[in-house]
Amino acid sequence: MNKETKYNKLKDIIKVYLPEDVSVDAITQDSNFISELNINSANLVDIILDVEDEFDIMLENADMDKMQTVKDALAIIDAKLESK
Amino acid sequence: MRRRVVITGMGVCAPNAIGLDAFTLAMKSGKSGVRFQSELKALEFVCQIAGKPELTDELLARYFTPLQLRGLSATGIMYGVMAGIDAWKDAQLPIAEKDKPDWDSGILFGSGTLGVDKFHEAIHLVDEKKVRRLGSTTVIQTMASGVSAYLGGILGCGNQVTTNSSACTTGTEGVLMGYERIAYGNAERMLVGSCSDSGPYVWAGFDAMRILPRYYNDNPEVASRPMSASASGFVPGSGAGALVLESLQSAMARGARIYAEVLGGAINSGGQRGEGTMTAPNSEAVQRCISQAVQNSGIDNDAIDVINGHLTATAKDALEIRNWSTALKRSGIDFPYINSFKSLFGHCLSAAGSIECVAAVLQFKELQVFGNINCEDLDPEITKIINDERIPQKTISHQPEIIAKASFGFGDVNACAIFKRYKD
Repeated sequence: MNKETKYNKLKDIIKVYLPEDVSVDAITQDSNFISELNINSANLVDIILDVEDEFDIMLENADMDKMQTVKDALAIIDAKLESK
Repeated sequence: MRRRVVITGMGVCAPNAIGLDAFTLAMKSGKSGVRFQSELKALEFVCQIAGKPELTDELLARYFTPLQLRGLSATGIMYGVMAGIDAWKDAQLPIAEKDKPDWDSGILFGSGTLGVDKFHEAIHLVDEKKVRRLGSTTVIQTMASGVSAYLGGILGCGNQVTTNSSACTTGTEGVLMGYERIAYGNAERMLVGSCSDSGPYVWAGFDAMRILPRYYNDNPEVASRPMSASASGFVPGSGAGALVLESLQSAMARGARIYAEVLGGAINSGGQRGEGTMTAPNSEAVQRCISQAVQNSGIDNDAIDVINGHLTATAKDALEIRNWSTALKRSGIDFPYINSFKSLFGHCLSAAGSIECVAAVLQFKELQVFGNINCEDLDPEITKIINDERIPQKTISHQPEIIAKASFGFGDVNACAIFKRYKD
């Protein structure tokens, strides 16, 4: 799976959780989930479950703590896919 | 000094209709919402029929965002949010702005047990040691106040937002609790209502108690038979009803349409003493509740011209009629008109009181008393007390002046609300 595909898949997951007044176009690699995309912190848990399902990986609690931005999430996904 | 309180909006998600207009038609024409449930047959229930609102994805999408719908399986929240939003819109009240809650509007929305299907999913995941897979909404869908919490956020209410729970009394009790909050000046508007989940996990306990009808699985529409000699148990139901209660002052100031005035009422318990038990009513308590409701409303017994009973279609229906008759000191042809809407949609449990209050109040607007179905064979124990003309078998023309509505519940609890026709 190339980088572009991964990024698009992640964006598709994230967009469901955006508040009504934040558009999909606002998502960039550097976006912080909570402070910039205004995603409810409770929904981060759901994003992680969706990522697990989509990429067939399992994230640990420590991974969740590190996942502040879209870029962080992509790095975690890459690391998990490599160690599979 | 109590302030006057009126009803300015209503909404309903009932087994026989969803939305106020469709529900009005269903109530007038005697349309049944009791249907065969293949799910109950598959699980080998004795009673395989129930009243369940017929939701579609398209309908849900009108009330919930795609995000709210993800993993939403608490049917009580679906019904409650639909009825609640409809009532709010019916009252032509605005949804609060983004950064400004409406401090004068509150919510009191009851439930019996909430989010049972969500709980069922969660229990399986927990037992499979997959707690981390539960997702973020298990708590909010299964907490008793989940329905008020969803509505509170959607509407932006900044006054009290809470949930009451008193078994099958819940909805009627909620009307009186919301009434008091406005009457004593603590809120201008209260969205009151109640909901009950659908499904086997809610209804199983009643099936196990052998208090549901057994012989109507092939003939569901005639199964719910309040006041009939052939009544053989209540048909389980589900759904939600909602009413916007408002101070008369607030309603007048914004020129709101008024369905009726809430005069007052009473709430009590028989203490599970005397003939009262966990599941059977103490008649003395029922009579006191009705008498106190009349006194609290500042009316005479004779002023009541229509009663909407609890009347679930068990052997206790005749006892309920006797209690009304004793409390109001009225019998025979002098007894008010009486109906039980459970004949049309079954016993909606914690939602029963609110759905039935909505239907009872609609009778003021329609200038009608909605008919009872399935009681062509009236229980002779009932006709010994009241004249059969007082139990309309079809919807009749009559301008109600004062309607008394009572609900009773497990735990030996009672509530009686008094509604009055509003005249400018």
